[in-house]
Amino acid sequence: MDINDLRGLSTLFLMLSFIGLCIWAYSGKQRESFNQAAQLPFADDEMNKRSMREEVSND
Amino acid sequence: MSELNSALEHPTYNYKVVRQFTVMTVVWGIVGMLIGVWIAAQLAWPALNFDLPWISFGRLRPLHTNAVIFAFGGSALFATSYYVVQRTCQVRLISDKLAAFTFWGWQAVIVLAIITLPLGMTSTKEYAELEWPIDILIGLVWITYAFVFFGTIGQRKTSHIYVANWFYGGFILTVAVLHIINSMAVPVDLTKSYSAYAGTVDAMVQWWYGHNAVGFFLTAGFLGMMYYFVPKQAERPIYSYRLSIVHFWALIAVYIWAGPHHLHYTALPDWAQSLGMVMSIILLAPSWGGMINGMMTLSGAWHKLRTDPILRFLVVSLSFYGMSTFEGPMMAIKTVNSLSHYTDWTIGHVHSGALGWVAMISIGSVYHLIPILYGKERMHSVDLINVHFWMATIGTVLYIASMWVNGIMQGLMWRAYNQDGTLTYTFIESMVASHPGYLVRLAGGAIFFGGMLVMAYNLYMTSRRDVTATEAAPAATGTA
Repeated sequence: MDINDLRGLSTLFLMLSFIGLCIWAYSGKQRESFNQAAQLPFADDEMNKRSMREEVSND
Repeated sequence: MSELNSALEHPTYNYKVVRQFTVMTVVWGIVGMLIGVWIAAQLAWPALNFDLPWISFGRLRPLHTNAVIFAFGGSALFATSYYVVQRTCQVRLISDKLAAFTFWGWQAVIVLAIITLPLGMTSTKEYAELEWPIDILIGLVWITYAFVFFGTIGQRKTSHIYVANWFYGGFILTVAVLHIINSMAVPVDLTKSYSAYAGTVDAMVQWWYGHNAVGFFLTAGFLGMMYYFVPKQAERPIYSYRLSIVHFWALIAVYIWAGPHHLHYTALPDWAQSLGMVMSIILLAPSWGGMINGMMTLSGAWHKLRTDPILRFLVVSLSFYGMSTFEGPMMAIKTVNSLSHYTDWTIGHVHSGALGWVAMISIGSVYHLIPILYGKERMHSVDLINVHFWMATIGTVLYIASMWVNGIMQGLMWRAYNQDGTLTYTFIESMVASHPGYLVRLAGGAIFFGGMLVMAYNLYMTSRRDVTATEAAPAATGTA
């Protein structure tokens, strides 16, 4: 066991983490929360409008 | 006291710093691209050096790259990241003062670059030419930027961190690491330093930095832009959120290894060159995954492209992104690289990414932002956005097509041998043959630059209080 075994194992670890991430991301369990997250760009109109009014009145 | 209560009950976003960076995006875009057009003219007509050292190609070229990457691109990234992080976390920036420091600090860095580079003060590291005192200022601004960005995420009112912020966050963290490690130097005096690394190690550190400046500054950051502004402008959520998560981790895990492809057939060990080549080819997968995710967001809404030139900017930028991220891995293959390296093909490849992808997605995002930041319904003239779109597209195509022709021609001429082993062509013969391509490149660059002037006029008219929008084009409103 030398440093190169450790390097090989770290590559294997990274690869397994990535495969794990893919399985996690594509499992049905996350669908609900991902759908909510995908809507985030459309969820803050009120605060945006208030900020726009503030910009106009501050100048 | 009542004002304080009202601010607590009705919080607002910090749009001031976003507006400052947005305006400077346009200003530095014009400055940086004008220098680019000027040095393109110098390559066509070298007499334009006027024998003055301060405006010679060797000093203006790093000023051009610094101005377009860090001044134009950097301002666009600051503006959009501050905007997107506030809107998707539904909270104001953690500190207005620190955000203002990043604005003025970043502008100071750019002004110092404009002073020092023409004077010939340079560390000679590509895309990291600025001398050590400026490097320290960059480091301070960047750490403050990271604090403001991640501090704001820490205070978010939403449970989820939207994917655009992951890309912006990855970009901010990685650029801090790259900048600090690559800029390590031994100062001799205030304006001169020597790299802390020597020989091949210096080259490898430099291109580890250099290629990840492409991967994280010019890609991850702008993908953050893509993940917010494409859905927003198309008025539909991103095509696949789970693909965006896989996209993020695959992209950042692979990009960091691609640097050695800049050092093919050099003193760098052969295994490192091959590693860089293989990783560059693998990189095609996450790059195209991200591009497809952005493109498919428009499925069912393609008709919007007919009426909305802002969306056209965003989508065409993704097409150029797809094209240049195919070209890049191909050029990283050693046998292809032996033809393309040191020729104009590389310059064409860089500009297919820089003009087609980085500039176009920034321009589209800035057109989306400007009306919001000035409290308007839409840009002063939607027709002028369309004019700008066509100037940008035609300019980019002329630029990259001429550089492909020049590059392949130069590569073939340089490697041509006679039967007795002598070179078929002298170097000057390849220069003469390149002249027509340099003229076409100059024309393409000038057209692209002209588009930026159209944008500046449109920005000025939109910012004016006494002028209202001229046309009614509901599809192109930016306030949705």
